[in-house]
Amino acid sequence: MQFDQILQYTLSGLSTGAIYALIGIGFSIIYNATGIINFAQGEFVMLGGLFTLSCLEFLKLPLWAAIPCAIAASTLVGILFERLAIRPLKQPTPINLVIITIGGSILIRGIAMLVWGKDTHSVPPFSGDTPIAIGGATILPQHLWIFAITLIIIFLNKVYFYHTISGKAMRACSYNRRAAGLVGIDVRRMVLFSFIISSAMGAVAGIIIAPLTMTAYDVGVMLGLKGFCAAIIGGMSSGLSTVIGGLILGVLESLGAGLISSGYKDAIAFIILLLILFIRPQGLFGKSNSERV
Amino acid sequence: MYLGVKMKKMSLLLVSVCLSLICATVSFASGTIRIGALFSVTGPASFLGEPEKKTLELLVKEFNEKGGINGRKLEAVIYDTGGDATKAVQLATKLIKDDKVSVIIGPSTTGESMAVIPVVEKWKIPMISCAAGIKITDPVKHWVFKTPANDHIAAEKILNYMASKKQKSIALLTVTDGFGASGREQIKALAKKKGFAIVADEVYGPKDTDMTAQLTKIRGIKPDVIICWGTNPGPAVITKNVKQLGLKTPLYMSHGVASKKYIELAGADSAEGVMLPAGKLAVYDALPKGDSQYKLLKGYDQTYKKAYGTEASTFGGYAYDAFLLAANAIKKVGSTPEQIRAGIEQTKKMVSISGVFTMSPKDHNGLDLSAFEMVKVVKGDWSLLK
Repeated sequence: MQFDQILQYTLSGLSTGAIYALIGIGFSIIYNATGIINFAQGEFVMLGGLFTLSCLEFLKLPLWAAIPCAIAASTLVGILFERLAIRPLKQPTPINLVIITIGGSILIRGIAMLVWGKDTHSVPPFSGDTPIAIGGATILPQHLWIFAITLIIIFLNKVYFYHTISGKAMRACSYNRRAAGLVGIDVRRMVLFSFIISSAMGAVAGIIIAPLTMTAYDVGVMLGLKGFCAAIIGGMSSGLSTVIGGLILGVLESLGAGLISSGYKDAIAFIILLLILFIRPQGLFGKSNSERV
Repeated sequence: MYLGVKMKKMSLLLVSVCLSLICATVSFASGTIRIGALFSVTGPASFLGEPEKKTLELLVKEFNEKGGINGRKLEAVIYDTGGDATKAVQLATKLIKDDKVSVIIGPSTTGESMAVIPVVEKWKIPMISCAAGIKITDPVKHWVFKTPANDHIAAEKILNYMASKKQKSIALLTVTDGFGASGREQIKALAKKKGFAIVADEVYGPKDTDMTAQLTKIRGIKPDVIICWGTNPGPAVITKNVKQLGLKTPLYMSHGVASKKYIELAGADSAEGVMLPAGKLAVYDALPKGDSQYKLLKGYDQTYKKAYGTEASTFGGYAYDAFLLAANAIKKVGSTPEQIRAGIEQTKKMVSISGVFTMSPKDHNGLDLSAFEMVKVVKGDWSLLK
């Protein structure tokens, strides 16, 4: 096995993994604030890509303006989703909420199919598509965008959760909702915030991968599941361990496809998911959570 | 309580009597010929069913405006199967028993077609499937026809072209759905027969977003050519990945991506030089003017564009072929199911969208190698390969 092949597998894996990581963080932010797994997370990835397309093609905006518009539009959908589907619920048991998010994801996908049609659409790359050679391997400029934006988002996340009042309040909610409420934190508002942040992040993920993978009304399903795997490997933390979870997943998939067989690519992801759930349900890097009794 | 139940039963009975009366009057009053259709207009195979439905509606309207067939109007009864075989079987039974159709066009997918075959055989209604699977008409079934050319014809077209270029070793990259699996089998069988070597046999999932891993592996093996078998968006991703990795190996695609959409998705730059067998509809502009299908193809594309605002697709063409086969049979032989069946089987040199059909008791598909042209992407457009 040649070195440049391994290098290519790793690089390809890292770039896919970065996307899984971004989507995975979206999962864990909502999970930490509300205790639910938002299975509609993948749909925001889809919305990000498709809104960008609409801004480019129908509003004729330049790319730098289309992207913020698309993020804003997807975030608005996230807010509406929280307001109309999550908040009015009389008995917010986790199982009800999970089923609602699944229903919501099917609804959003259905509407997207009617609005944008069933075709796959392409989005232009941010800065050309001349391959860049690294050693014997090649990546595209878009991959660099993905790495850079993922890093920036992780950094902003860290700042928000550890150095702002509302970020700290959200963490408080994740430890103990009742106690957070008692000390004067508006828990419902924190839930809304968590939906805003994660839908915006999902949209960003969708926008930065659309030039590579193209986009369609149904891209959210598989990406959502992979993001969920990443979050599980990372132990549902909204920080670095989910990122590492995503990267591990991406690299293993790519190495597995290259060295073992491409037929088992998706199986590898889900076998890892099952193994983690069986052996280390707290995630690869998590301490067992005895404090959350 | 008891009375209530009784009342309910009575009213149910009444309703059903009324309903059956209505149905009866409808079927007696019509001098029209009813054509049933099962298309997967929604669901995962909607890219097949939607253009098929639109095409059939267009054709029925066109024929009726010209006075129908032999003075009798046509009526299309179209049901959406959602790509579900169980639903297709139920709807096929409904078409036959309730709607009393004389012929069934569709279903859109191979799985659904195989499920519906026992139904049409039982009720002796001819069916013209719009699905590509070879097993639909091989072995030949008395009541069953199909319009898309078999996958092995497309595969053979590629291998014949490779032979003319003295390319010997093949790396396969196929999608893990029915289309890819069928293509993979056909190419392997044909390659063995014709003396080509399969040196890599890779697959990818229909929703995969990055195939550089498979291509890197293939790059290490250094085959003469790569053959990719799938429908969008996978092949477009692969085309981009090939460009990214700087692979210079000739890349062949299947007829599954023979539409402008593919070039648009992959980008004209990345798709430059990709070769594939295409149905003539995709490339009619490039055909020599003397081609027997040229006028029909152009007419179909333009009418479709005028009616729906999008380009006509090969898939809609399958419904076009099926309708034309049925219409010709009705015109020449008659409109009972048995007459239509016999009429379709007698079809000789019928010029249509997918090719020129010549049926026989031994061939219920009726297309040969001439159904496809080898084309190459040059500057974002198709150009014919000789």
